[in-house]
Amino acid sequence: MSEPVLELEVLRYRPETDQDPVFQTYTVPYNSDWVVLDALTHIKDNIDRTLSFRWSCHMAVCGSCGVMINGEPKLSCHTFLRDYYPGKVRVEPLTNFPIERDLVTVADDFMEKLASVKPYVITEEDRPVSAGEHLQSPADLNSFKQYTMCINCMLCYAACPQMGLTPDFVGPAALALAHRYNLDTRDAGREERQEIAASNEGVWDCTFVGACSQVCPKAVDPAAAIQQTKIASTVDWYKALLPWGK
Amino acid sequence: MAKSNKPIVWSLFAGGGMIAAFVLPAMIFITGLAVPMGLLLENALAYDRMLALVGNPIGKLVLFGVIFLSLWHAAHRLRMTLHDLGIRSGRVAMLACYGVAGLASIAAAVVLLSI
Ligand code: SF4
Repeated sequence: MSEPVLELEVLRYRPETDQDPVFQTYTVPYNSDWVVLDALTHIKDNIDRTLSFRWSCHMAVCGSCGVMINGEPKLSCHTFLRDYYPGKVRVEPLTNFPIERDLVTVADDFMEKLASVKPYVITEEDRPVSAGEHLQSPADLNSFKQYTMCINCMLCYAACPQMGLTPDFVGPAALALAHRYNLDTRDAGREERQEIAASNEGVWDCTFVGACSQVCPKAVDPAAAIQQTKIASTVDWYKALLPWGK
Repeated sequence: MAKSNKPIVWSLFAGGGMIAAFVLPAMIFITGLAVPMGLLLENALAYDRMLALVGNPIGKLVLFGVIFLSLWHAAHRLRMTLHDLGIRSGRVAMLACYGVAGLASIAAAVVLLSI
């Protein structure tokens, strides 16, 4: 009996020769233990060395192998061929990002947005090392822990319809990360982050579709972070109207 | 980037969401099911009782709040959905959605105040 095989349609774009991206079909051996990344690696090693794609850890930690698989943003290291076999698997670069080459996208805009929300602990004054640890209770940690799980895979940016409609939108992962630091008891930087988060391009461009939270491989739930930021920003807004509010 | 003034629109939307989720189902249950099925007093929705409810200033205020916030919620949700569907001609969609909600709210206020 012949070995089972699976067809993989991969979007190719080689800027030096291709005017537009084109699909190329590869036939790979079917192995029920393989994930889509294994199939891509098989192509690169045995069929076509020119195929470009990003990956690093192969265990859903590094966040670099996000692609569209049959139209849905997924980590290719986390998506089994057996969920598609004997059907075809169509692999494309993440939606809402420019293509650099084949499955590799340009992530510069995302990186800038991430940096814009100051995703690090900002303290009121410098704490000398001699001040010792900054203690935090398990309950304090729990209040933001889920938002620390983000691996910057950008799947949420590919899933979000607002990213396509409003490219200036700061987007789910960056806003969730801003929320993560705002909730951190060691942090005093909320006011600075609100400059971005509470602007029109911040949480207010979100229409609560919720696709970000559906596709997130780490259960970060960025949609919840954004809604909580909307509530807090609304409270700020009304407080500022009060004579004693600032 | 300047801080947004969208909290005004959104707080009404969020308030309306609470009402649409919690108060409206209860009202539909009372008026549409409980009374017709005889689960409540037969005269629970009798004319004079309703008139007393609507005649009371607090009753007017609560009813207006429920109507206005629910309509605002629906208008905002509809506009956001139109936006998601790619219908982005801001002004027309905005006028249509908030306009209907505004006119219906004014109509409700006029009726309530005339009782
Ligand atoms: S929030 Fe989730 S989907 Fe978005 S970048 Fe982080 S891990 Fe990926």
